Amino acid sequence: MRSDGSPSAPLGLKIAAACGLLFLHLPIFLIFIYAFTTEEKSFVWPPPGLTTQWFAVTWNRPDVWQALSLSIRVAAISTLVALVLGTLCAAAVSRTQFFGRETISLLVILPIALPGIITGIALRSAFSLAEIPFSFWTIVLGHATFCVVVVYNNAVARFRRTSGSMIEASMDLGADGFQTFRHVVLPNIATALLAGGMLAFALSFDEVIVTTFTAGQQQTLPIWMLEELIRPRQRPVTNVVAMVVVLVTLLPILLAYYLTRDGDQIAGSGK
Amino acid sequence: MTLAATQAKPAPALLPRAGGLRGALSDLFWRRPKLLLLLMLLPPVLWLGIVYIGSLFALLLQSFFSIDEFSGLINREFTLKTYGDLLQAANLDIILRTVTMAALVTLASAIIAFPIAYYAARYARGRWKALFYLGVMLPLWSSYLVKIYAWKLILAKEGILTWLLAKLHLLWLLDGWLSLPIVGGNSLSVSSTGTFIVFVYVWLPFMILPVQAALERVPGNLVEASSDLGASPGQTFRNVLFPLALPGIVAGSIFTFSLTLGDYIIPQIIGTSRLFIGQAVYSQQGTAGNIPLAAAFTVVPIVIMGFYLWGAKRMGAFDAL
Repeated sequence: MRSDGSPSAPLGLKIAAACGLLFLHLPIFLIFIYAFTTEEKSFVWPPPGLTTQWFAVTWNRPDVWQALSLSIRVAAISTLVALVLGTLCAAAVSRTQFFGRETISLLVILPIALPGIITGIALRSAFSLAEIPFSFWTIVLGHATFCVVVVYNNAVARFRRTSGSMIEASMDLGADGFQTFRHVVLPNIATALLAGGMLAFALSFDEVIVTTFTAGQQQTLPIWMLEELIRPRQRPVTNVVAMVVVLVTLLPILLAYYLTRDGDQIAGSGK
Repeated sequence: MTLAATQAKPAPALLPRAGGLRGALSDLFWRRPKLLLLLMLLPPVLWLGIVYIGSLFALLLQSFFSIDEFSGLINREFTLKTYGDLLQAANLDIILRTVTMAALVTLASAIIAFPIAYYAARYARGRWKALFYLGVMLPLWSSYLVKIYAWKLILAKEGILTWLLAKLHLLWLLDGWLSLPIVGGNSLSVSSTGTFIVFVYVWLPFMILPVQAALERVPGNLVEASSDLGASPGQTFRNVLFPLALPGIVAGSIFTFSLTLGDYIIPQIIGTSRLFIGQAVYSQQGTAGNIPLAAAFTVVPIVIMGFYLWGAKRMGAFDAL
């Protein structure tokens, strides 16, 4: 990097960058205000009055609780599957050279590199060809498939930074493979796995496109919201749910950031 | 080997040595690393291979089936008829509209992303750098539907944008724009302009991050040298910064382009009744029950992205990812 002090940016650049960031953030904050509006039917701005009654109304809606519970269960199981598959894959790819290594990295990335609708309809047509009925597990199948990549990315970056000589030292001191994994490898990659798991959870919790194809009649929270956007029943409840969803996804992401910030993830992961 | 194993007591180790099956397995893996590798790769490759690639293959297969127009049943015989249907004027129109939108969204994202990425890469330090990074990551990861919903609130006829323009006495500008063909409509939330804005908003972070990564690798003294040699800021941008940032922009465009090609929720919630590829796929497989045509439609973004990725790789965009 440069050795001299930081020169200050031209004013135009500062303004453009600030406007860009505002553009990214203001719409999300708007949701928070709408969650308190007294207006029931339309999107009127500014809100004619402020109230907290919609939080109570939302609290007493069983459909919201059902959707939330399904979303959390799906995200938890998908994250677990993704953690196992992603870590195994990352360990194999980062430690050794073998034939087809590039193909495997591509295989992991493909489910999110191709548009979600392709993953969704592909799974759906496969379910119908194999005559698998829609269930909790068909949703998990889809979610786990594209969650693998975030765990894999986090784990691979950490494996690359973990020095191989530590593993050799452990072996030299007489530990077997399992002991080395338990006492040397795992503590080293634990925070990366936790971060990957958090992101996988957030990704699954928010996923809507693949879910519409694999869910059948069941509603995850995003599917519930999509229904409300297309055929609104009670707008203020949607506002409150939207705000809660923002807050719920915010926490794992912030946590994932703090777990990985000392190194590879910062600054666009430039090498 | 056997001699060493039976004769010598194990050297005093920090950790007690496990015997039995565990020890045997551990030794086996140590002696045959290929076996361990195979065992590690088997679960993820089986999962992704069967669940994902298998499904993609099933989908591709279905695009070569056709639907019987009278009975509505799927005829499981190899035919290219469905691809013939895809080339009808109405369907080509959908493809053209989607590709145009994807290109415009990509262009706009690149323009808006550049100053943010450049500031973060060259001027932001320490805390500010972290703040910028979070400032891009949080919107990237926040709920996709909530973001669309927020824009529904903003773009609606009685929403905040109309209110703001009324306060600024600029409503005539909005009305004039909405009365235009193609881009206009009853309100911004049911116009192609609205669709465009929301696409740009939702995919923008995917453009910022790779551009920032590319710009971070540009040494600062290159920019200083350019201005020392008498180049104006504009010339420095055109001849130094832009060419060096281009792989990053191409890398970002992979996301913005691909995501726009496949999305069907944004144009459904904010936009006109004119369909995009994703919506066509959704309605063909759902209400129309024509899975072969839906499958053939999905082949379009796959083929376009195939060429796109091939071109991007040649431009070195993958190094900027």
